[in-house]
Amino acid sequence: MRLITAVVKPHRLDEIKEALQAFGVHGLTVTEASGYGRQRGHTEVYRGAEYTVDLVPKIRIEVLAEDEDAEQLIEVLVKAARTGKIGDGKVWSVPVETVVRVRTGERGPDAL
Amino acid sequence: MAPAILLAADTPTLSSADTGFMLICSALVMLMTPGLAFFYGGMVRVKSTLNMLMMSFISLGIVTVLWVLYGFSVAFGTDHGSLVGWAGDYLGFGGIGKTDLWPGYTIPVFVFAVFQLMFAIITPALISGALADRVKFSAWVLFVVLWATIVYFPVAHWVWGEGGWAYDLGVIDFAGGTAVHINAGAAALGVILVIGKRIGFKKDPMRPHSLPLVVLGAGLLWFGWFGFNAGSWLGNSDGVGALMFVNTQIATAAALLAWLAWEKIRHGACTTLGAASGAVAGLVAITPSGGAVSPLGALAVGAVAGAVCAMAVGLKYRFGYDDSLDVVGVHMVGGIIGSLLVGFFASGEGQSDVKGLFYGGGLDQFWKQCAGVLGVLAYSLVASAVLAFLIDKTLGMRVGEDEEVSGIDQAQHAETAYDFSGAGGGVLASVTAPLAAAGQPKQTRKVDA
Repeated sequence: MRLITAVVKPHRLDEIKEALQAFGVHGLTVTEASGYGRQRGHTEVYRGAEYTVDLVPKIRIEVLAEDEDAEQLIEVLVKAARTGKIGDGKVWSVPVETVVRVRTGERGPDAL
Repeated sequence: MAPAILLAADTPTLSSADTGFMLICSALVMLMTPGLAFFYGGMVRVKSTLNMLMMSFISLGIVTVLWVLYGFSVAFGTDHGSLVGWAGDYLGFGGIGKTDLWPGYTIPVFVFAVFQLMFAIITPALISGALADRVKFSAWVLFVVLWATIVYFPVAHWVWGEGGWAYDLGVIDFAGGTAVHINAGAAALGVILVIGKRIGFKKDPMRPHSLPLVVLGAGLLWFGWFGFNAGSWLGNSDGVGALMFVNTQIATAAALLAWLAWEKIRHGACTTLGAASGAVAGLVAITPSGGAVSPLGALAVGAVAGAVCAMAVGLKYRFGYDDSLDVVGVHMVGGIIGSLLVGFFASGEGQSDVKGLFYGGGLDQFWKQCAGVLGVLAYSLVASAVLAFLIDKTLGMRVGEDEEVSGIDQAQHAETAYDFSGAGGGVLASVTAPLAAAGQPKQTRKVDA
């Protein structure tokens, strides 16, 4: 199994959810995040004083997938998240050793 | 304020219309101080919100008590040497009968006293904006007591008291450009030169934590200012109060737009803070001048004030003084602009027949305005700096470095403005579980936000 993490622009969330649902993903976790990459931050002005705000609001989406689905799922996710402008974010995956469904105690792919 | 002689055709009798109007105006001016608290409170960082609110709000308590005990007497009692007033009858409001009229007017002394009280309350509160994040609350309380006593009460006497030097000289200050705004702005400058900058000034981001609060505050100020300005004529019989009311609206609108125009050209955006600040700058500038200028003159006064104050708020970065929320840049500069422009725009058809330069009156009035401005500015600047210095040497003006960095609200008021512990659905809120008070059964109620 793999854990796929995406840090992307907040306004793409709906598209991503729809695309993942269509792909057959039954659950995911979303958290609000902030950070910066090549996009850097933006500038705000208060009574003439300019502040560079480094950290830009993002959302972090986490999805668990079986190994054979992971590549395709990443492609679906990336396609849904992309706007083509700077600041679209990153997606990565890491191997996962154990997954347990808390209610039933099921383990491994059955718990997804 | 209206020269008494204009209204005193015969011996005045109590007018219920004027009295009712002035009581409403007093309540309007009262609302400006909480409005100011929000205006300032939204502009500071989360950790000093309550302290900022309290520095204004406490003035409602302190100055009211001082005013009843002796403040009204010092400001509006019998003149002594053109510098201070004193009248035994006014001490503790003890010798004032409920039907006694303010000399030359149609309203009771009580009404005049309570209207002027509201001005005395907001003026020290205005200073607090320059002192954000870093002044001990006890030191601020002491400062308000001393400053009201030594600076505001006498200066109000100079400008509005029968026999005060500025009043006798013919300085036009309809509602407090010198006595309130230049006075507070210069005091702010005096104090910050003594106490110094906030930790992290020019280095750390110090963004306003809530611009909606700032706009709410500016709205309350604007609303209350109609009472502040139109009420300052103390009556309605000759239309001057109505002119002032109209000019207040006009100048404020012009200043709001001028500030935004400056920002749009300079920084590429019309900001909310700019709109709120521009409105306040316009209100400040029309305060001394609105009774003397025509509506078109008010448009000019407002536009000049909005643009110049927008530029002036940047000066603190150049000169390195930490006027945290721009009391100097908005109130002192705006007050000076409004007071001096009377010398150019006085139409001769408002509160008096005095004409400014643009209406063929020469520069006479301008020089008088300069004298009023300089006298108040210099006295307030020096006296306030000395007061701050003395308090700093005894009580200490500033909180400790760690208190300032971790937040003055917790350190000085044992409170925080917003409960953020509910994040995560309230699971983490148990950190706010109440302590068991001594002698009471231990409380076990869980606090879930």
